[in-house]
Amino acid sequence: MADKILHAVYDDDDKLMDAVKDLKASNFSIDEVYTPFPVHGLDKALGLKPTRLAILSFIYGCIGFCFAIFMMNYIMIVDWPQNIGGKPSFSFIENMPSFVPIMFELTVFFAAHLMVITFYLRSKLWPFKEAENPMPSTTDDKFLIEIKFHGDGKALKSAVKKTDVLEVKIIDNKGSN
Amino acid sequence: MYKVSKNIKIFSLALMVTGVLGLGFSFYSAPKTVEEAKAMVADSHSDGHHEDETHNSEEATLANVDSHDSSDVHQEEDAHSSSHDEHLLHYLQNRPWSALYVAALFFMFLSLGTLAFYAIQRASQAGWSPLLFRVMEGITAYLLPGTLIILVILILSSLHLNHLFVWMDPEVVAHDKIIQGKVGYLNAPFLIARAVFYIAGWNFYRYISRKYSLAQDNSSDISNHTKNFKWSAGFLAFFIVTESMMSWDWIMSVDPHWFSTLFGWYVFASMFVSGITTIALITIYLKSKGYLEKVNHNHIHDLGKFMFGVSVFWTYLWFSQFMLIWYANIPEEVTYFITRIEDYNLPFFGMIALNFIFPLLLLMNSDYKRVNWFIVMTGIIILIGHYIDVFNMIMPATVGDQWFFGIPELSGICFFGGLFIYVVFNSLSKAPLEPSGDPLIKESEKFVY
Repeated sequence: MADKILHAVYDDDDKLMDAVKDLKASNFSIDEVYTPFPVHGLDKALGLKPTRLAILSFIYGCIGFCFAIFMMNYIMIVDWPQNIGGKPSFSFIENMPSFVPIMFELTVFFAAHLMVITFYLRSKLWPFKEAENPMPSTTDDKFLIEIKFHGDGKALKSAVKKTDVLEVKIIDNKGSN
Repeated sequence: MYKVSKNIKIFSLALMVTGVLGLGFSFYSAPKTVEEAKAMVADSHSDGHHEDETHNSEEATLANVDSHDSSDVHQEEDAHSSSHDEHLLHYLQNRPWSALYVAALFFMFLSLGTLAFYAIQRASQAGWSPLLFRVMEGITAYLLPGTLIILVILILSSLHLNHLFVWMDPEVVAHDKIIQGKVGYLNAPFLIARAVFYIAGWNFYRYISRKYSLAQDNSSDISNHTKNFKWSAGFLAFFIVTESMMSWDWIMSVDPHWFSTLFGWYVFASMFVSGITTIALITIYLKSKGYLEKVNHNHIHDLGKFMFGVSVFWTYLWFSQFMLIWYANIPEEVTYFITRIEDYNLPFFGMIALNFIFPLLLLMNSDYKRVNWFIVMTGIIILIGHYIDVFNMIMPATVGDQWFFGIPELSGICFFGGLFIYVVFNSLSKAPLEPSGDPLIKESEKFVY
């Protein structure tokens, strides 16, 4: 269990990327990076696993698509048959073209909303949750690398100092891990 | 420098020879008289093709050609029966011409779509694509022969050697109030003049852009690149107007009563996606032969994204056009889709599967877009689908229910496919495959999607 945390602050996303690559190259494990915006390529540089959200998004889209078919069939054909475009055939397949926009919209609606909700659940975000970022300015214009370590961490500190760093802070680890 | 392999030369020449022989045979075996046409149809449809079905759909497409003002019903019936046979003859005579025209249009579209894509890359100063510029320039080399062949076909049509364009027939126009109203625009000399104008403009841009592109290779400043940028931006403005008018002139006018305001966009989407697919296929081919060593799966990934995106865009336009007309159900508009649904059911709906469902499902996953054989497989499906798309645009008006996918169509594809491969690969061997002087080449080399 790591007892200390190192915070390295950067003022530019390019400097951050270089630092991450350098630290990774010298085999330091980076626990977390806080940035004000998504930094392109950071996930690859950190070696994060690809997100599985895309697969879920496809499944959610399929659910929305099926729901739209079920809904339009029930509303327009079964429950209260309607005369669509002067073609009162009361058959789903013959009137399908007029339902395509609804199918499309519900596919997008389900995929988008369920994906956002999944993302919130997976990231353990909910209303009134207290912010976890150690430095409020990482939501403004600063970039922060967080590394947990044991002992004095001399090698780590000198490696971080070698990067184009703005500020280095070391604090005690009060969290459970 | 790329050298055309012997196999490609032999393959393309063999395709062309097969195509010429097949087309010659189809022209030779087309019926010359009404009796011959009737005998041919009686032979081929003895296996229980519904007589009244043919009759109905014929009425739907060509009711417009006959004038229905006559009050004597009986006389009209007689006239209709003999004009029916006349139409049958025209349909059968049109088939080899239509097969030739569809294939000529399809392969010219590959080139024109690529030219538009190339001009967009130039005008937007895209960083990822300069490594592929020479491949695109190779494909657009087919534009000159491709457009000239179409010009020749149009001139032959205006000389009444075929009936591809019914509005060129003075007798049809004399009995048709709607076409009479369009004569100011739809007349043969003006059509040819417009065609010459579009063809000259496109080929001029192709020539000038290729010139600056080659000059940039050995130049010390970026003046050629800047000039290319300006010409490309100008070309895009010229292209989007002329492309739209081209689609009315060369495609939509085969159904002279029908019109659709987004037809130009629809044709554009079709040529754009087939052009991008061709770039991807030729790039992958050249890479497999050891050329283009700096092109990697990031570039293929981007082409895959374009194939996916434009396929969806094409479907969006196809559906927008279809649904409004289907829903409104106005007789003069809906005949267009009625002939396609009744007589062309399989190609019309099969095309949606090939052009939409396959690319959507096969290319949706990000990783699949980086796998070469996936791109090749989807690319072949897309090209087949868009050939059928052009087929569906021309055939219903020119051959009606007498369509079939046989010797004329296959030979058309063989001939133009062979010519396309020959011209494109020859042009690829004319210049280094890497535009080394392009100011954005470094960005393209280290591009990560």
